[in-house]
Amino acid sequence: MTEAAALGPAAPPGPEEAPALDLAPYVQPLEGGRHRLHLMVEGVHCGGCVRKIERALLAEPAVEHARVNLTTRRLVVTWQGPAGCAGELARVPDRLGYRAVPFDPARLQSEDARTEQRLLRAMAVAGFAAGNVMLLSVSVWAGHAYDMDPVTRAMLHWFSALIALPAVAWAGQPFFSSALQALRHRQLNMDVPISLAIVLASGMSLFETIRGGPHVYFDSAITLLFFLLVGRYLDRRARGRARVAAERLLALDVGAVTVVEPDGRRRAVAASQVAPGSRVLVGAGERIGVDGVVREGRSSLDASLITGETLPQEIEAGGRVFAGTLNLEGPLELEVTAAGEGTLLAEIVRLMEVAEQRRGRHVVLADRVARLYAPVVHGLALATFLGWTLIGGIAWQTALLYAVAVLIITCPCALGLAVPAVQVIASGRLFRRGTLLKSATALERLAEVDTVVFDKTGTLTLGRPALLGEPDPDALRTAASLAAGSRHPLARALARRVPAAELAHGVEELAGQGLRLPTAAGEIRLGSRRFAGIADDAGLTGPELWLARPGRPPVRFAFEDPLRPDAARVIAALQQKGLTVELLSGDRTVTVASAAATLKIEAWRAACTPAEKVAHLEALRSQGCRVLMVGDGLNDAPALAGASVSASPSSALDIAQNAADAVFQGDRLAPVIALLEVAQEAARLVKQNFTLALAYNAVTVPLAMAGLVTPLIAAIAMSASSLAVVGNALRLGRTRPDRSLADGSGEGAVLSRAALGR
Amino acid sequence: MSNLVYLIPIALLLGLVGLAAFLWALRSGQFDDLDGAAERILFDDDDPPPRSS
Repeated sequence: MTEAAALGPAAPPGPEEAPALDLAPYVQPLEGGRHRLHLMVEGVHCGGCVRKIERALLAEPAVEHARVNLTTRRLVVTWQGPAGCAGELARVPDRLGYRAVPFDPARLQSEDARTEQRLLRAMAVAGFAAGNVMLLSVSVWAGHAYDMDPVTRAMLHWFSALIALPAVAWAGQPFFSSALQALRHRQLNMDVPISLAIVLASGMSLFETIRGGPHVYFDSAITLLFFLLVGRYLDRRARGRARVAAERLLALDVGAVTVVEPDGRRRAVAASQVAPGSRVLVGAGERIGVDGVVREGRSSLDASLITGETLPQEIEAGGRVFAGTLNLEGPLELEVTAAGEGTLLAEIVRLMEVAEQRRGRHVVLADRVARLYAPVVHGLALATFLGWTLIGGIAWQTALLYAVAVLIITCPCALGLAVPAVQVIASGRLFRRGTLLKSATALERLAEVDTVVFDKTGTLTLGRPALLGEPDPDALRTAASLAAGSRHPLARALARRVPAAELAHGVEELAGQGLRLPTAAGEIRLGSRRFAGIADDAGLTGPELWLARPGRPPVRFAFEDPLRPDAARVIAALQQKGLTVELLSGDRTVTVASAAATLKIEAWRAACTPAEKVAHLEALRSQGCRVLMVGDGLNDAPALAGASVSASPSSALDIAQNAADAVFQGDRLAPVIALLEVAQEAARLVKQNFTLALAYNAVTVPLAMAGLVTPLIAAIAMSASSLAVVGNALRLGRTRPDRSLADGSGEGAVLSRAALGR
Repeated sequence: MSNLVYLIPIALLLGLVGLAAFLWALRSGQFDDLDGAAERILFDDDDPPPRSS
């Protein structure tokens, strides 16, 4: 896929002189006769691409505004004039060699993006309030030493209340709503003690302010809120990039296919809305959006994402095609048999969702701690109140004050930060080495893994064929000069071997057969056995290309899908760590057996369907194994969702990346080890952090119960514990990686921006 | 001490202006494309200024 994208700009645009598409359903009318169109642009890698596209669009007289977002690869165009211009404008990026697909932005507004924005706003407000309240509190604390006049103090308290209360009410909502939700399900999570502490601290401070007393904790309440919002926002942010990738997958579904009307007009229709029976046009290099039967055209399809098979399949009129496959060579006209929910793709997605549900809800460590912690804290506060009123014999107001101080000081601040701080730093460290962590709980689940299951094609292997052996250089040069212009994977593998080869003039590509070049001496042919005119003998197997030249013996080029360069070493390292390694592939038995033998994997299974893969993982789970599944194809997606935790290489189909908890970059497999090691270290640090937080509580809670905690002590203790926890988490960023992966990590770290953004 | 009564609100107001500016920047999408912003500064588009509506 990466390759296809890289090749995109050079590739010929599909139907050359096709009439402009009717994009009316995607055009958004604005006031003043203007219109807006949102496009998803493939092949944008850098600022240069952004500039090229924007300039070309602004050069169109009607265009008022054009902006490409480099992070999300989306383009917004606004123009003055009729909606019908849309098709013409959408073709501008196509002409430059980028593929632009219209989409409906309303359908892509993901819940996550909104939550992130909301958290950022809440954090800004809480930060502002915390800073200002702290400023006032410093003078109040100083006033205790210098006999501040109670009227001035009351005034400062009132100012603090004025700032803190609205800020708490507004910025605290993420915690309050989550706590309420947990309580409604009769459960306790970390947000319950947090919300309680914030609400009680604010409420009691307001009460004290009205009474004119000294025990005002506004600063503690708002700083606590600010710290926790920072932790939560960073936590979200760390996975933001992965989310963008997932949204692009959604866009595949939201994206348009070209429908040919009976009268010959072409219309862009959302892939899910196409009626069965209609005719759809698929250009070369385009991903097919529907299931259907080929009516016209001849091409080869890359079905690796559905079947796991590396080699392209030849297809001609009458053949069945499935959504999710990639049309490699010639344009195809399809008759739609199923679209949207009815496609094989949708079925696999459903299988994935079912598997995901079966994975069961992993209870986050912090929530497991909270379930023990919250009752204890609340019990202690109650004991303080009852103890002081019944045994201590003091007024109930003062006793209540002490009880609330207990709740504030057991401040879940450190506990609330213990996990996110480690997770943010661990995912940052993995990110620098080219691994994106997508799920919040992935690290916790990774730390428990005892079995690793690999897919073969695209995971243990690179997923693209490479030329075998050292063929005759002269033949190779000729073959490469023919192959240079083709997008067939085998031809590209040839061209890769001779990068300097120039495309011979006059090469003709016959979709599904091969390439031919007429010369004075006769025709040179490069292609399948039959195309090159070789007798079919069953002797030689495997992917191959034949070169037939007039007057010379034919030359055979054999290909294989090579293993990732460090696959054997990584497997050995995993086995050395005491993990069970298995191989689960949809490919043919011969290929899988030889790969398993090379890699010394004893447990392997070939020719598995997606459902069989899930069933196998289910069986492993019932034996009590915690499985890390590493896979890349659509056929792996359900298994990825069903395993306790999963990872995908970045060359994987978006849907697999979407199902996986982690996505790693580069040609090496070493990130899998890095992933496991960082996860184990993170688990250790999280435990340390909890210990630190509990130790801090062991010291301060007795003080609070004895009624010795003043607002100043509360503020200092709270900040100190948070800093200690964050400081401990920072150690994860400094520690050196283990030797076993040090050799691989260098490679992973050298990441192009393009590869990262993909 | 009585001048605190107006000095503190003034200080708060100034802080609020900053907060409002940040929230405005957030709302107007200035944080939407951090990658692109880093690259855009390198475009030397001095010649034909982008058409304004």
